[in-house]
This record gives sequence, C-alpha cells and structure tokens, in this order.
Amino acid sequence: MTLFASNPWLAVAVPVFVALVVAVAGKRLVGMTQWFAVLAPVTAGMVGIAGWNSTAGPQSTSWLSQAGTSIETGIAVDGLSAIMLIVVGVVATMVVVFSVGYMAHDESRARYFALLAIFTAAMCLLVMSTSLVTLFIGWELVGACSYLLIGFWYRKASAASAAMKAFLTTRVGDVGMLLGLALLWKATGSLDIAVITGAAPGLAAGTATLAALLLFMGAAGKSAQFPLHIWLPDAMEGPTPVSALIHAATMVAAGVFLIARMWPVFDASEAARTVVLWIGTFTAIFAATVACVQTDIKKVLAYSTISQLGFMFAALGAGAWGAAMFHLVTHAAFKSLLFLGSGSVIHGAKTQDIREMGGLARFMPVTAATWIVGAVALAGIPPLSGFFSKDAVLASVLHASPLAASVLFAASLLTAFYAFRVTSLVFFGKGRGTTVAHESPLSMTAPLVVLAVLAATLGFMGDPIMTALGLEPEILSFAVAGVSVMVAVLGLCSACALYVNGLGQASRLSERFSALHRLLLGGWGVDALVQRVFIAPVIRFAGALYVWLDRLIIDRAVEGVGTGSQFIGRFMANLQSGETDVYASLAAVGFIVLMGIVLWIGR
Amino acid sequence: MLTLPALILVPLAGSLIAVFSARRSATAPRVVALIAAVAEAGVAVAALVSMLATSGERLMWVSGGNNAVATSRLVADGLSIPLVLLTALLGIVAVAASWRITDRPGTHHALLLGLEAAVMTVFLAGDLILFYVAWEAVLIPMFFLIGGWGHENRRHAALKFFIYTFAGSVLMLAGIIAVVMTVRSITIGEIGNAIPASTQMWLFWLLAIGMLVKIPVFPLHTWLPDAHVEAPTAGSIMLAGVLLKMGGYGLMRIAIPYAPQGFQSAAPVMAGLGIASIVYGALMALAQTDLKRLVAYSSVAHMGFVVLAISTGTALGYAAAMLGMVSHGLVAGLMFLLVGSLYERTHTREIARFGGLGVTTPRWGGIFVFAALASLGLPGLSGFPGELLAVLEGFGAFGWWMIIVAFGALLGAVYNLTAVRRVVHGEPSTEWTHLSDIAPVDLAAASLLAIGIVVIGVTPGVVMRLTDPVVTVLARALGGGS
Repeated sequence: MTLFASNPWLAVAVPVFVALVVAVAGKRLVGMTQWFAVLAPVTAGMVGIAGWNSTAGPQSTSWLSQAGTSIETGIAVDGLSAIMLIVVGVVATMVVVFSVGYMAHDESRARYFALLAIFTAAMCLLVMSTSLVTLFIGWELVGACSYLLIGFWYRKASAASAAMKAFLTTRVGDVGMLLGLALLWKATGSLDIAVITGAAPGLAAGTATLAALLLFMGAAGKSAQFPLHIWLPDAMEGPTPVSALIHAATMVAAGVFLIARMWPVFDASEAARTVVLWIGTFTAIFAATVACVQTDIKKVLAYSTISQLGFMFAALGAGAWGAAMFHLVTHAAFKSLLFLGSGSVIHGAKTQDIREMGGLARFMPVTAATWIVGAVALAGIPPLSGFFSKDAVLASVLHASPLAASVLFAASLLTAFYAFRVTSLVFFGKGRGTTVAHESPLSMTAPLVVLAVLAATLGFMGDPIMTALGLEPEILSFAVAGVSVMVAVLGLCSACALYVNGLGQASRLSERFSALHRLLLGGWGVDALVQRVFIAPVIRFAGALYVWLDRLIIDRAVEGVGTGSQFIGRFMANLQSGETDVYASLAAVGFIVLMGIVLWIGR
Repeated sequence: MLTLPALILVPLAGSLIAVFSARRSATAPRVVALIAAVAEAGVAVAALVSMLATSGERLMWVSGGNNAVATSRLVADGLSIPLVLLTALLGIVAVAASWRITDRPGTHHALLLGLEAAVMTVFLAGDLILFYVAWEAVLIPMFFLIGGWGHENRRHAALKFFIYTFAGSVLMLAGIIAVVMTVRSITIGEIGNAIPASTQMWLFWLLAIGMLVKIPVFPLHTWLPDAHVEAPTAGSIMLAGVLLKMGGYGLMRIAIPYAPQGFQSAAPVMAGLGIASIVYGALMALAQTDLKRLVAYSSVAHMGFVVLAISTGTALGYAAAMLGMVSHGLVAGLMFLLVGSLYERTHTREIARFGGLGVTTPRWGGIFVFAALASLGLPGLSGFPGELLAVLEGFGAFGWWMIIVAFGALLGAVYNLTAVRRVVHGEPSTEWTHLSDIAPVDLAAASLLAIGIVVIGVTPGVVMRLTDPVVTVLARALGGGS
C-alpha cells in the first residue's frame, strides 16, 4: 500500500505499460493479454485507496520552461482524486472483465483492450493533476480514447460519424476551456491549481466569472450539458462496455470533477454559479423527457446519463459540490450497472430495440435481477444508493432556488417513469422478439453482481465521502426525501401501469400526440438545429471561400501579376522591331516628354 | 568545430557521388543518398553533443581565421540546432520516400542532397551574405525537383514557386543591404551603429516580407498548395518540413534582432496575419477534395501558430515558435509521406475515391489516424505544447483575439477528422480491395517520424532546453521574458 501511496504516478505508468504490452502482443496473444489488461484499472484503484488518507505531497516537474518562466505539471492524490481513482478503478475493472465475454468474438480485441488501458491512464492523469496543464492533457486524451472507441467499429458509417461528432462537440467545450486557461495564466501567472484556487477570492469579479464560465464550457462539453449534449446519444455506437465506462461513469463525469476541483473560482462568482445551476436543471428535465420515448435501450440510458449529470451540475450551481460528487459516485455505480446490463441483454437478445424484447427475466435471471437493482437506484427509491445522493442534491438545490428544485422533482418523476418503462418492456410481459434469449456467461454476470451490490449500498457512503472531501456530512432532509420518494413511486407506478400489457396503450398515446412524440424522439430537434445553423454553414462557407476568395481573387491576383508582366514584356519586345523610323519617332516622343518634365519642374 | 562545415559538405559530397553513381546502376544513387543522409544525421547529432558538452550555448566556425578579408562564419545555437536536427531527420525520410523512383534517380537524389546542404547553410549561416546566398540557393534544387519530377502541372507550379518566393527574397536583399550599410558589419547579431527607429519601421517589413512569403502567411500563401500538389513526395516533405521553417527562423534570427522597434510596432499586424492564417488555412483545408492539397493548406494553419507565437515577442512565445516548427516538420513530413505512399499505389489523391482504408490497408490507416491526431494538436503528441504556449502567450499579448485562434483550433480538429472519416473509416471501396499496405521502407520512415512526434509531445523540454540560452537573450533584447 505504501508503494501506491508514495508513487501515485503508477496509476498512469502501469496502464500505459499494459496498453503497450497488449498492443504489441497483438491478435494472437489477446486471449492472455485481455486478462493482463485488468492490471491497469486495478492499479488505479489501489492508488486511490492508498491515497484516501495520504498526506504525500505533490510530485511536480517543470514541463514547459523558458528564460526563467515555467509551466509546472504535477500529480498528487487527495480526497477528491482518491474518490475519482476508486470510481475509475472499480468500474474499469468490471468493464474489462465484462468485455472478455462481450467482445469474445471480435477480431480487433487487442486494439480494444489497449485503448481501454490508455483511457485508464489518461483518466488517472486527469484526476490526479495538480496543474491545469496536466489536467487538460488528460482531458483531451480521454476525449481521443472516447473518439477511437466510439469509432471502434469504424466500417459502420454511423459509428464513424458518431465518433467524429463526439470529438468535435466536446472540442467546442475544450477550446473554451483553453481560453479559460489562458485567462487564468494571465490573471494569476500560474496554471498550478493550488495557486489559482488560492488566488481566486482576490480575482476581479469579471475575471472570475469569465474564467469560471470558460471552464464550465469545457465541463459542459465533456459532461454533455445542453446544448453540447448532442454527441452523447450518438456515442452509443461504441461497444456497450465502453458506454458504461466512458460515457456513463467516468469521462462524462469529468466535467463535474473539474468544477469541484476548481471550486474556489466558482465560489468567487455568483453569476457563473447561477448559469451552472440553470443549465444543469434544464438539462436534467430536458433529457429526461427525451429518455421517456426512446426505443433503443442504450439511447434511453444515454439521455438518462445526460439528465443525471444535469442533477449534478444543478447541485454544483447551488454550491453543493460535495453533493454533486456523492451523486457522481452512486451514479457511476448504478449507471455502469445498467449499461453493462443492457450489454448483457443485447448480447442475449441480439437486438437493441426494446419493442423487440419482453419477458427476458425468465431467460436472463441474473441480468434481470441486477438490472432491477440499478433501475430502483436510478429512480431514487430508498434504501438504494440513488435515493441518498439525489436527496442531497435536491436538498441543496431547494436551498438555493425552490423553482429549480421543483423542476428537478419533475425530472425525478420522469426518471422513475423511463427507468421502469424499460424494465417492464424488456424483462416482463410477453416476448416480442424473434430469437430465444440466453443468460450471459459468468465473466459478464459477475461484474453485474458486484456493481449491483455497490449500487445498492453506496448510499451509506455519504459521510465518508464528505469527510474525504473535507466537508460537513449531509443530514438527510426528510421533507425532501418524502416528496422525492413520492414522485419516484408515482413515476414507477405509472410506467408499470402503462406498459404492463406491452406497447398497446403507449402506442395509442403516442399516435394521439404524434407531433409531440416525434419532437421528443428527435431530442427536441436540437441536433438538427445545430446541424443546420452551425455545421452546414461553416462547410458551405469554407467551400465558397476557397472558390471565390482563394482561387478567384488572391490567386488570380498573383497569377495576374505574372501574366501581366509577361504581357508587358511581350509588348516591349514588339517595339524592338528593328525599324529605324519607329525608333526615331519613339526618341522624338521621349524628347518631348522629357522636355515637358524639365520645364514643369523648373517653372 | 569542424562539425559545422561538415553539415554542409557531407550532403554536398553525397550529391556529387549520387550523380556519378547513376552510371553504375539505377539503384546505386538511392543507396548513396541514404548513406549520405544517415551520415548527415550522425554529424548533426555530433554537433548537438558537442554543443551540450561545451558551453551549451553555441558552436562557431570561422573560415580562414579571424583576420582574413573574406571570412565566412558558421554558427549553431539553440535556434539552429533543433532545425538542423529536423532537417537531417527529414533528409533521411525524403530519401526513403523516393526509394522507388526510376526516372533519372541520380539527378533526383543529387538535387535532394543539394537541397539539404543549402538548407543547412541557411540555418548555420553566421553572416548576412552567406545567409542570403543560401536562402536563394535553396530555390534552385527545389525548382528542379518540382519541375522535373512533379505531376501534371509541374512546370507552372515550379515557376510560380520560384518567382513568388524570389520576389519576396529580393525585398529581403534590399533590407539586408540597408542593414549592412547602417551597422557596418555582415556578422549576424553584431550591431555597430544602431539603426534609427524611423528606419526600423520600414526595414522590418522589408526584411520580413520574404520570410512571411516563405512561411507562408495569408494572403501570401497561394504558391504553396500548387507547389505541394505538383511536387514529388520527397519534394513536399522537404518543402513543408524544412523550407517553411526558414521563414520563422529568419524572423527570429534576422528581422526582429535588427529592427526590434520596427517589430514592436509591426507585432499586432503580424499576429493578425498569423491568426488569419490559422483560421483561413483550416477553412481551406476543410474545403479540399484533393488529399495532398488538404495537407498543404493545413501547413498554412500550423505555421500561423508559429507566426502568432513569434509576434508575442516573449521567451515562451519564441519557444512555442520553435516547438511549433519542429512539430510541424515532423507531422507534415509524416502526412506527405503517407499521402505520397498512397498516391504511388492508387495514382489518385481524390478523397472521395477512398474510404475504408482502415480495413484494406490497416497499417497505413492506423498511421494516418495517428498523424491526423497529431495534426489537430492532441496533447501527448508534438503539436500541443507549441499551440498551448502560443495561445497562452498570445492571450497575454493580444487578449481576446485568441477567441479566433480557439475557433481555428476547433476547425483543425474538423478537417483532420473529416479526412480520417472519409479516407480511413467507412466501408472499403471496391476499387481498392487488392491494394497493398504501406511499403516497408515507408513504414520505417513513418515510424521514425512517429517516434519524434511522441518524444516532442511528451517531453517538449528536449527542444526548450536547447533554445533556452539564445531565447533568453533575444527576448531580453525585446524587453520580454524575465
């Protein structure tokens, strides 16, 4: 343990080494190296556990330095990063084990496991950074791994496009974050997180607000907050275990982590916090409505993730970053459980469309049981984990803005509704599919069981988490808890009532409100709008600029100078005709012109 | 310090031998060229080692002693050594990229080595005359490489390249003459009589304009895409990898030190040109249907970051420019190597005709994805440190104009990933089902560049430690840095 406590860099170095080994060993040895890959997340988790109470100082080096000015990079483990490391370690371990079964028949498994290991390294770098530069490096690298894993099956056009969309949308946030870094560099002369957070209270109000908002822009991109959420539903093109790890538990939660890490900067700006609160609240309700009508099991979970991240951002905006981190932890457990569960379902039922499933509980008992644990936790029903963390979030938001809290209660209602909509359609009722489902192998069910235990019990970890973060423990608010349980049960019951007899009632409903249904199905048209308003014009503009400005004006001018001088040259050459009378008359003209000039100057 | 003249003489000798070896057999010149290029790299490493071993600041060699009338001096310091090493590395890559040339191989390789010698002279020149002569000498082998071994439209492109950049350098010559007349010394950096501030205002632009054409910045860039598209692969690698760097080097070595006050007042305009190049180059790259032209325009964008970094006039800005130039040399070299290798096997550069090359030619596809990620400035790869510093320092000097730069950085991701999407991803096109993967020679050269890209990306300090002494001096002269 002391090895891990005093050498936190192992959490980066070991995964990189694992990735190299897996990549070099290649296809033939992947049967062995896939188990070796577990070493990467296990190391990350160990460093996290060792660092929970560690007092080891940061290890930093000067990364970019010139003429005495230098930009430091460094890593250290404190309570906040320890929590993140453990989340990454546990979820990634489960995901790697699950993938052994899930990806068993894939040709490119070596690439897959190598990328998972690299992702682990980048994520550890991100959470352990003591410098915004190191953090940004990890931040962009997890994005690149996400890109490569969403596009893992790159032959599929949809997967390739989704990968690109994910990278570019998050990059919109990233360049904002980069500007934030530049602003902080100018304002504080450092990119060291401790220095910046120390200087934050003394920043000019405008600077603090701008810096906070620019950092939030990065966070919103990574954590799929409105309107930068559009990439996450598409990201479901990647293998399902990847969705569980990157697009539910760890990378998308990095935005929450970033704000928690840079909290003093946000603390210094009321305006920025208000923006975070309302973007989070709006995202939570918006995504929840969309999740209610999706028919692809993974799309439901994707919108659910966006919505739950919205809850976390609302808590951040309300000033309760501890509650946000608590919800991040429980969400990581139950959402990765649900994603892996959906992977098991997809593996067994050979489809992602919930309309083609039904009655799977009989064939897949372990998957069904663990799924229900995850769904109950997501819905926020006690005593499972989601209840406690959501209660902390709601209580803090209620304190800051009752209006936002009431919106979040509505979102909770929808959360319970869509969670049990999927549950009843997939696991209960009559089977609507064509294939006979089967339970998944042990390597897939075992991680489900472990995560289910965590999803059920992590709610009681609230106090230790708060203590590790150096905050006061939350006290359960009974009024909030009562309302929240009521809306959750209401959502649950209405979902069960609506879908108990299959799709009949629901489809009648959707026909009646077909316009609304279509709008919800398409995510309120945000995606199409972004496509029309931002992306298509830029591409058309680039094309037009090339044709009109670059070729027709600038290059034509350049070529014009060339052809012009050629023309003048040819004209001059023609004068050299050898006919003396032409020369004589030119000399006469020249004489007259010269005389004119002399006379004009000397007048 | 005989390593410095050796840096020029080794490729020159190799060039002569290559011509004559062609009589022996068609494959002899390439072997000669490879040996010469590797030997050159060895000499470059020796120069690095002896620089680190002695004072760590600079190496100097003076011909005919200090009191001779016609002395010529070669100097290598932190600004030149990284570019010398880059040139030597790309020299090897260029030979590898033209390994299978069958058309007059002797002359081709002789020109390539001659080009390398001329570029080395630019980076090592210790006096203004030698600098100018070498600067112009670079044009000659490049002109013949494009004109003699290029594609369909090669004559026009070669001529355009020559005349355009020559016009720029004639202005530079006028500037150099003005400098020599005033300071009464041809030794670079030796300023006897200070140049009056009013003179500096126009002198700076006179000196800089030829360099800005070379880089090239918007709107002086249109020679570049034409030259690149028509040039043979080795020519493109040297052109993008090394020749463009002469511009940035010239600014830091000549234009700014001789006219610092002129630079101070010109800096905002120059930064504007840099910023415009970043966005414009990226937009143009996005609009291309020809893969090689896309890479050519991406050079305009990348070099825009270098110009922006130089414009800040700070120590970290200068370091960013050096990092940016080394990185672009590696990344653009790799990109042109890949595009050339693909063209050799498919005889097309039309993006729309590719697709699914990740399936058909997995090695080529994997390296292309790597190169695209490096080109968009992914951290951990060489492009990032330079771009990060350019934005950080640029923000300090020019404030919120960096929003445009950030937009350019975003567009950088757009065109690179679009290229990956269209060329590597997707269902393989039936046209290329039997396409062979990247050739072993190209693979070796690509690996060399990839290693460089990762090393610079992870430990940019290897470059910054070299540049530190000279950049400290230069930035202090400008009042920047500490």
